[in-house]
Amino acid sequence: MVTAASPVQRKGASVWDALQDVKDPEIPALSVVELGVVRSVDVTTDRVHVELLPTFLGCPALEMMRDAIRERLAGFAPEVHVEISYAEPWTSDRITDDGRRKLRESGFAPPMAGGGVAALPIALVPAAPCPFCGSRRTLLENAFGPTQCRAIHYCTDCRQPFEQFKAV
Amino acid sequence: MTEVTTARSALRTRPGRAGDLDPVDSTTLDGRTRDALAELLLTMADDEFVVGFWDSEWTGIAPALEQDVAFSSLAQDEIGHARVFYELLSRLAGGDADTIAFGRQPQGYRHARLLDHPRTDWAFSVARRYLYDTADAVRLEALAGGSFMPLANLVAKIRREETYHLAHLDAWVGRLAGGGEQPRSRLEGALERLWTDALTVFTPLTGDAESVLVEAGILGEPLALLAERWLKLTRGRFDALGLHVPIELGVPRADGRSGHGADFEWLWNEFTSVYRLEPGATW
Repeated sequence: MVTAASPVQRKGASVWDALQDVKDPEIPALSVVELGVVRSVDVTTDRVHVELLPTFLGCPALEMMRDAIRERLAGFAPEVHVEISYAEPWTSDRITDDGRRKLRESGFAPPMAGGGVAALPIALVPAAPCPFCGSRRTLLENAFGPTQCRAIHYCTDCRQPFEQFKAV
Repeated sequence: MTEVTTARSALRTRPGRAGDLDPVDSTTLDGRTRDALAELLLTMADDEFVVGFWDSEWTGIAPALEQDVAFSSLAQDEIGHARVFYELLSRLAGGDADTIAFGRQPQGYRHARLLDHPRTDWAFSVARRYLYDTADAVRLEALAGGSFMPLANLVAKIRREETYHLAHLDAWVGRLAGGGEQPRSRLEGALERLWTDALTVFTPLTGDAESVLVEAGILGEPLALLAERWLKLTRGRFDALGLHVPIELGVPRADGRSGHGADFEWLWNEFTSVYRLEPGATW
């Protein structure tokens, strides 16, 4: 059954569309929606409220994302409110399928499914598939990479170092 | 998103900060509980803040590039954890997170004495971080699922990040323990020197603060019991690695979070140097 969307519903949908324009400053191939950091969008006639989940608590990109969201949504309502929320932990499982595909296309291995995998001893964590040749004969070089959310791996087949978005 | 709307509290409208942070509904806490929680939060925030700054001392000079990156990342995580604890504290007890973090004199900090030592050598930094991370993990476990949601939510997030710290430091302790005579003796020496100070992470809170928090369902067990659990865990790990560390079951001393020495004063001078140029400056 198709029902006509109310103006507020239509505005809500276009806010989500607009958020696709706001990119992760550290991995610009991904939007904040694809990264899964937008927990909710609440639209009324005079106000837009967005809940933003931090990937890591010390992430320096958080304020940049918040400001970019405010700026992008400025035309939607007189009041745009971006709340940094801890109401649930962001986990890497929140990255969308499109987000995972874009990570691969940018040379990143997506995080393995099940953010809780990080609780396994490092030796038991399955090898990250190489984003360049698909091989699973890869080694974890460093669980800590250039940003908090990235780990460094090495592919023993195509001999390329690569990064993986960490499973948390 | 009705539940989002109804969760809003009056604190949302705090002048100048609206939209920056999750609201905290502290109206569910009575005065005693709020004071006890504020004390606990300050100790945890200061622990994370100070260990983060010591870690950052390795940026650029760690023994291997990968370790340089790793310790810098650990530092960034810990300072991030300190920030959310200071922010929550400021919402419970008033004040501003930056002012609490940078605006006190050295003797006003409530971090554990374990974190007063300078970085010293690599084995010493690994040993100290291992002792701190394992103790912190026991403390976080006791706070997980607590009744005060703003803290329980932060703890759930922090524990996911700390999993990486624990795995990393455990691997390094194992590597030094099995790395031949020199790494092993340096590690054992550091553990021996730091051992008694490690218990300061479990320094009792003042008065009846701990029982207030336990009664309120915020803290699972009193800190002295957490100390016992931690001793058991670490002793088991050292035994498994064949490390000779003279461990006696001690009791956390009451003054374990005061009387910070000259090494901390040096660090404090470093990490407050920009803040002190113009306190309250807007960046």
